[in-house]
Amino acid sequence: MALPDAIFDRSEPPRLTPLGLDGMLVTFADELSDEANRAALAFRAEIEAQGWDGIEETATSLCSAFVSFDPVRLPPTDLQARLREILSARDWCAAELPASRTRWTIPASFEGDHAPQLADAAQLAGMSVEKAVREICAEPLRALALGYAPGQAYLGSLPDHWDLSRQRDLTPTVPEGAVVTAVRQVIVFATSGPTGWRQIGMTRFKGFRPDDRDKPITLAPGDEVQLRAVSAPELDRLADEPMAGATSEVIG
Amino acid sequence: MTSLTVLKIGRGASVQDLGRPGHLAQGLSRGGAADRLAILEGAALLGQSPDLAAIELTALGGSFTIDAPTRIALTGAPMRARLGDASLRWSASYRMEPGEVLTLGPAKRGVWSYLHVGGGIATEPLMGSRAAHQSLGLGPILQEGDVLPLGTDGGGPVERHLEPQDRFAGGPIRLLPSAHTALFSHDDLERFQSTSFTRDQRGNRQGVRLSHDGAPFATKGQLGLPSEVVVPGDIQMTGEGTPYILLPECQTTGGYPRIGSVVPVDLPCAAQAGPGATLDFRFVSREEAMESHMSEADILSALEGATRPLLRDPREMQDLLSYQLISGVTAGDFVEGEDT
Repeated sequence: MALPDAIFDRSEPPRLTPLGLDGMLVTFADELSDEANRAALAFRAEIEAQGWDGIEETATSLCSAFVSFDPVRLPPTDLQARLREILSARDWCAAELPASRTRWTIPASFEGDHAPQLADAAQLAGMSVEKAVREICAEPLRALALGYAPGQAYLGSLPDHWDLSRQRDLTPTVPEGAVVTAVRQVIVFATSGPTGWRQIGMTRFKGFRPDDRDKPITLAPGDEVQLRAVSAPELDRLADEPMAGATSEVIG
Repeated sequence: MTSLTVLKIGRGASVQDLGRPGHLAQGLSRGGAADRLAILEGAALLGQSPDLAAIELTALGGSFTIDAPTRIALTGAPMRARLGDASLRWSASYRMEPGEVLTLGPAKRGVWSYLHVGGGIATEPLMGSRAAHQSLGLGPILQEGDVLPLGTDGGGPVERHLEPQDRFAGGPIRLLPSAHTALFSHDDLERFQSTSFTRDQRGNRQGVRLSHDGAPFATKGQLGLPSEVVVPGDIQMTGEGTPYILLPECQTTGGYPRIGSVVPVDLPCAAQAGPGATLDFRFVSREEAMESHMSEADILSALEGATRPLLRDPREMQDLLSYQLISGVTAGDFVEGEDT
């Protein structure tokens, strides 16, 4: 069986890639960049705002937007034409971040059992443990995308020297709330699970609260997270506070 | 409220419906029944909404009682099925009375079997669905002794039968391109189409592993790809180049290369191929895929039109009778003829 020609299409970004019969990816870059991430967020917001009949769901990952559609109601050639029209309407990589985002400040302990691989990570980043914690907590990090687990945000980006590779072997499980790092990003685990990233801290933050009828998912892509270093006993005390001591403010 | 009691249950059984769409951007995959067609079949047999929840059983099956007269339907992978002393056909609906024990399993072919009840399983919905997302611990995993509430049954037919689409023994599966198809070499894509894959023992609601003879499948720079959205039906390569078919509980984003995506109407067949079954993949054009495509609403109406009154087959009754005369105990083989 000859392969359909369409299989071999892979033009330079921004690029439309069909994902099966009823999905379309709009990719803004082949490597993570701040511009591509802002483009993906803004482009998805525009598609949502246009509210076309036949679009079932949209999402973003690090540097692409995804559109799920009903191929009967919205033929993909029509969808592609409309997406191309929107793509060419402006320079999406120059887009601003979404308005009305939330900045979270989340207490985190970087002590003892809460931070089993902090020393390794600091060494790989070329600094002392104290300086590493200061740098991790220095600036708010942006939720580039949610994925892997519900409400779990890829937070970035840290300075270049935090471009740590993943571990060769997976850590079988880190607990919910664990702070892990790799590839200039930080993740606060929203569930417990395996990871190839290094655990450098611990929070009591719950990114996924399925029992909360109003807001089961705490963070949204584009939100910011600033970690605030607290002692291990302080973290335990905060566990009983509303939102485990995390506070939020509207920004942007 | 009517309730169903789980007397025995195989590992991994759970309450499932069509899942919770709309949360992809938040990192939560839709989930829902591993064989969505089976949910539609149950809705057609009972003449009720496809949004009602059913029990998804793994090959071991289970046994159940109810505390008020209830309509039931059995769909998905065909199992040995008995209601009290009576042998039941699969892909059919019946009335079940209090005091009767429904015993299902083991599966004859396929992976996922479904027990539907009139009014649906009425456990508390979470985020718009009753579907258990097992890898997240969302919703209960069924255990012996569980008592599940049933919704109010608006009434409807019983003793109906469907000739189900045979999807329990592997076979040809049609693919369309996915996120990374263009990164594979022409030779590897041709080889993927000419290779027979075997459904491995390793599999769960996140995905099933395929084994094959020959070299692994890999792309250039495959460990440095930025993550893109992942959907059920995508065929993803591990770092070692082993393909997995992703199922409803797959992660929402992933960076390992995906060679193709199963067309939606073939996905039940891919999910129901039991361990050892052979799957052959073929890329098709979008036009060819669309020719056989049906929305789930259209599939449901077609199924509703295809249900037939359940007629007792005299041969079955004779078999059943002779079998019971011999020993009264089953030998582990299903006593009825193939009914699918």
